[in-house]
Amino acid sequence: MVPFVLVLLAYAMGSEARRAVNPADKLLPAPAQIVETAARLVAEPDRRSGIILFWQDTASSLRRLALGVGIGAGLGLLFGLAIGLLPLVRTSFSGFVAVLSMVPPLAILPILFIVFGLGEVSKVALIAIGITPFLIRDLSARTSELPFEQLVKAQTLGASSLAIALRVALPQIMPRLIQAVRLSLGPAWLFLIAAEAIASQDGLGYRIFLVRRYLAMDVILTYVIWITVIAFALDWLLARLSRRLYPWAEVRA
Amino acid sequence: MSFVVVDNIFQHYGRRPILERVSITAQEGEFVSIVGASGCGKSTFLRLLLDQERPTRGQITVDGQPLTGEPNRSRGIVFQRYSVFPHMTVRDNLVAAEALGANLFGILPSPKRRAARERAMASLDRIGLAHVAHQYPASLSGGMQQRLAIAQALAGKPRILLLDEPFGALDPGTREKMHAFLMDLRAETKMTVFMVTHDLPEAFKLGDRVLAFDKVRWDPHDPEAFGATITYDFDARDGGIPYQRIKEETHVLDATDETPPLASSG
Ligand SMILES: Nc1ncnc2c1ncn2[C@@H]1O[C@H](COP(=O)(O)OP(=O)(O)OP(=O)(O)O)[C@@H](O)[C@H]1O
Ligand SMILES: [Mg+2]
Repeated sequence: MVPFVLVLLAYAMGSEARRAVNPADKLLPAPAQIVETAARLVAEPDRRSGIILFWQDTASSLRRLALGVGIGAGLGLLFGLAIGLLPLVRTSFSGFVAVLSMVPPLAILPILFIVFGLGEVSKVALIAIGITPFLIRDLSARTSELPFEQLVKAQTLGASSLAIALRVALPQIMPRLIQAVRLSLGPAWLFLIAAEAIASQDGLGYRIFLVRRYLAMDVILTYVIWITVIAFALDWLLARLSRRLYPWAEVRA
Repeated sequence: MSFVVVDNIFQHYGRRPILERVSITAQEGEFVSIVGASGCGKSTFLRLLLDQERPTRGQITVDGQPLTGEPNRSRGIVFQRYSVFPHMTVRDNLVAAEALGANLFGILPSPKRRAARERAMASLDRIGLAHVAHQYPASLSGGMQQRLAIAQALAGKPRILLLDEPFGALDPGTREKMHAFLMDLRAETKMTVFMVTHDLPEAFKLGDRVLAFDKVRWDPHDPEAFGATITYDFDARDGGIPYQRIKEETHVLDATDETPPLASSG
């Protein structure tokens, strides 16, 4: 708690000092003004459209994030299991994935815009492309770390390869998947905000870059704090979900 | 006819021989202990019996059938560690023994699952693990985990049970209890057992036979030039002391005859 209070105090003092020199200073708005702006943002509908932009931005961004991360997680799980369990797939794909993960996702954003247009698809695709190689590499490594004794044991109990994947490997990889998704949420936000900043009609990243032109620091800071809160809440929820669904993973740790 | 026939098998990894000229036969229901120096190929031998690997040369037949190269339900195995599924409760580990092979997905349809759960609870009761049925294996002691692993392997109703240092990580007291547990189970099921161990007394106590693996040829300049083979095949019934027993009986006879013990040994 102490560091938060210290940062707040430092900000308040800086803001105070600047406004003492120039009462119209826009760079560090007074905390009271930020609170006021935030209250207006979350409650007052837009004059033209009649919708509250703050919530619309939030919904759009979360939808993109969920789709992108969901697709990435699905692909990561599928390929991670296949590469981790099947030697044939491993020899043919793991090098490819290793090279793929070196491609900087933001560098291919223009390609996505050209191929998929400026709509939702390219934003979702950027997030998915950005995090999938990491997820595949992490999950395939975790899968191949499963003790081979367990796989042999399952075989001696008559399990087919599919049964081993579904009943032995998959459930043990799920908590790892949640952990890997938690780690990749940071990059996912980065890709989301970048894509929204460049081409979008709404979204948290779009709004921040739009109001930047008017130096509306109070709006930007409100959005930044809100994004931080969402990111923190998502991380916390995922951690809880993992503990709830996979209690055995905690026992071992 | 012999149940398990190992006919002159060789196993190489790359160019390195691990096992050479290994031949034994075992009867159904026999308990075979396997001892030998670390790294001499005991686990390799079990892997061959398990059908996890094919030998480089030679053949193993079980009940007249040559092995196929894929482990299946006719053999159960217990390793020193990691033999149970950490993500399943103790009870579900036993249910899985029936479910995994039930169909392509390894999932039992619900009426059968209920019956399997009841059977699982019954066998947990018998092996003294009923009170931890809903816990995960990680919260169990090493001895309890191995008891579960053995019960799980047996729940698959294998004809041959393979044990690779199953009690190696247990303290002596727990080990004694596990011996009793295993002997009871065996008396019930009469199955064929191959057990690798580093503990000689354990090998003789549990086994009907004790096989010793060792290298018969040894090149001091290249210790890895030759593989190991079975160098001794002890009869270990009666705790591995058949000759002592004969001697004692003779001694008893001697005492009644009142002749010096030495004279009767010939
Ligand atoms: N898949 C493999 N590929 C190459 N070498 C192997 C393989 N499996 C085992 N080996 C080698 O074969 C030798 C015998 O191994 P094995 O595990 O059978 O020994 P062990 O008698 O069971 O030893 P321990 O008592 O330590 O368990 C070892 O030197 C090991 O390095
Ligand atoms: Mg071994």
